[in-house]
Amino acid sequence: MSEDGSIAIEVDDLHKSYGELEAVKGVSFEVRAGETFGFLGPNGAGKSTTISMLCTLIRPTSGKALVAGYDVVADQAEVRKRIGLVFQDTTLDDYLTAEENLRFHAELYGVPRADVNARLQVVMEMVGLWDRRSGLVRTFSGGMKRRLEIARGLLHSPRVLFLDEPTVGLDPQTRSHIWAYINQLRKSESITMFLTTHYMDEAEHCDRIAIIDDGKIVVMDTPEALKASVGKDRVEIRTDDTAAAIASLQERFGLQATVSEGAVTFYVARGEEFVPQLFANFDQPILSVAIFRPSLDDVFMTYTGRTIRDAEASLTERNASRPWMRAQRGRR
Amino acid sequence: MDDQSVYSASKDTVGASDPLPAAVAATGPIAEPRTQPTNQEVSERIAHQDSSPQHSHHHLSAPLAPVRVAGGRLRDDVRAATIVWRRELIRFFRNRLRIFTSLAQPILFLFVLGTGLSSMVSASFAKGHSIDFRTFMFPGVVGMTVLFTAIFSAVSIVWDREFGFLREMLVAPVRRGALVAGKCLGGATVATLQAFIMLALAGLVHVPYSPVLMLTLVGETALTAFLLTAVGIVMAARISQVESFQVVMQFVVLPMFFLSGALFPLQGLPTWLASLTKIDPVSYAVDPMRRAVFEHVSAPAVLAHRFAAPMTWNGWVLPVGLELGLVAALGLVMLAFAVVQFSRQD
Ligand SMILES: Nc1ncnc2c1ncn2[C@@H]1O[C@H](COP(=O)(O)OP(=O)(O)OP(=O)(O)O)[C@@H](O)[C@H]1O
Ligand SMILES: [Mg+2]
Repeated sequence: MSEDGSIAIEVDDLHKSYGELEAVKGVSFEVRAGETFGFLGPNGAGKSTTISMLCTLIRPTSGKALVAGYDVVADQAEVRKRIGLVFQDTTLDDYLTAEENLRFHAELYGVPRADVNARLQVVMEMVGLWDRRSGLVRTFSGGMKRRLEIARGLLHSPRVLFLDEPTVGLDPQTRSHIWAYINQLRKSESITMFLTTHYMDEAEHCDRIAIIDDGKIVVMDTPEALKASVGKDRVEIRTDDTAAAIASLQERFGLQATVSEGAVTFYVARGEEFVPQLFANFDQPILSVAIFRPSLDDVFMTYTGRTIRDAEASLTERNASRPWMRAQRGRR
Repeated sequence: MDDQSVYSASKDTVGASDPLPAAVAATGPIAEPRTQPTNQEVSERIAHQDSSPQHSHHHLSAPLAPVRVAGGRLRDDVRAATIVWRRELIRFFRNRLRIFTSLAQPILFLFVLGTGLSSMVSASFAKGHSIDFRTFMFPGVVGMTVLFTAIFSAVSIVWDREFGFLREMLVAPVRRGALVAGKCLGGATVATLQAFIMLALAGLVHVPYSPVLMLTLVGETALTAFLLTAVGIVMAARISQVESFQVVMQFVVLPMFFLSGALFPLQGLPTWLASLTKIDPVSYAVDPMRRAVFEHVSAPAVLAHRFAAPMTWNGWVLPVGLELGLVAALGLVMLAFAVVQFSRQD
């Protein structure tokens, strides 16, 4: 067999165009077996399009991708046998029960008949739905449907599990619940996971993340390394005279400060060491100080020049002039 | 290869309430909002869930055993087709209301329109020569039941696409042909079952419950259902939106129904209409059923000749076997076409 066990996903200069629109503009990356790799990017960045290419649902315009050692164009059947998928939008049959949905999947994937019952119980207990197995999916909450889909994705023991925005549209409580399951899975199954998200805090769960914006990978590393690469901490101070504080920061420390939400904000390396100096050398009373370690928001800002929310807002405008683009989503 | 190595996971038991690693040093407030709840919040959350995942811990400590999955063998394809077929049946029997409502239309046609027309039609014939017009309409109405049920089942693919379930099927490691075949046989079975209910009403319109006739009708119904489901699947491959379904109904399904001679005899039509009936595949499905019915009712020869006039090509009467052969062949062509369409990839 061609897989050597160390690289689960290998992508080289993958492109996808829809007519004029280039949704994915040449991405390259590797995911090691057992790793949890995340695509972080705003709406329309090309995350789902990349996943669709990796799981053989759409054909790349150009470039090459291997999943579990098999080419996603030439060896589609081999790839399909080895992957599990949780799509961005639900793909359950609402009119079947939870168990029937899973049985359908087991039959389709040829899970040996003798194993089906036992496996069904294991994966359903894993996501806490065993007691609800005979409930119609129609009667399930969004979080329950998501968990059922995760269970289904695992039913045939895939090598690589793709999770496209596993928690989108769920309330924060349910999101963290889903993440608890995903984190358990990582540890108990040593499965390779490829997931996408546009929640910064969720990207923290990944071993490595790639920030993808407008069809391109902007930067790729561990969340810690990315935050460290930003280098500086954000410091916010409150004083009675904001203008004077800004002037004095410039004068005494050579720092460019701005005002955001009433606080004087500036960036400095090793904020916790800087603050004592600030107190010693500042000429007016400081009412409060806050130091922020760089967050993934700051990382996104540093590498793309805007916040992820700005990126989504501008996309909404772009798509407003192309309403059919959104209407096309989720087809196939 | 060694499947095992991939699954040789650590035996760590991981609690559902594992907190996030504290991402931030303790020197200041935390930039990221702490959306991750504390241990206690998580346990409370779990306690409130209708189905508690707590007992899942020991399952998680043992990694899932790997299983062999489908491998492109014929057996796998048959298994896939079977489950797609079974899903159609489950959905059919679960939706009793649909079974009931799809009977309303044929019953209205047969007993209201049929009875209304009957009095008019018998008046136009000399005394002693009479026939229940509903007997004539019966095969047409059975055909109609099959037509609408089969198309509706096939076009449910559009809903599957809309609600995502189609993708669950398309990404499976089985041939698309298996999926399409399963869907087609499922739709055909459902349409045949629905037609059974209409066939049960035969006695009410003076069609005898002769076993030979009933078996013939069931067989012909099943073949018709197969053709029409295949046609429906080809259309479904083309329809990207649920809203377009109306267009298909108005411009494809209703014309197929009206041009098939389900409601009027094929004889003595103006040329334009006669030609249209000959290109409507449903005509070749209804005609054999009608011929079968008229073989089993005692109608005066003149009326039988008038009403049960068989399909002709240029004056040549088509044998029933040829008609059924055409239906089957067209069904297979449509099925092949559907497989091609669903095997395409953007
Ligand atoms: N079938 C399609 N036809 C035309 N354009 C498409 C199609 N699918 C996606 N696109 C476009 O490709 C771009 C990338 O879409 P994609 O769904 O991959 O984004 P995403 O990163 O998954 O976004 P989101 O966070 O909203 O899910 C978008 O501009 C989208 O409109
Ligand atoms: Mg997406």
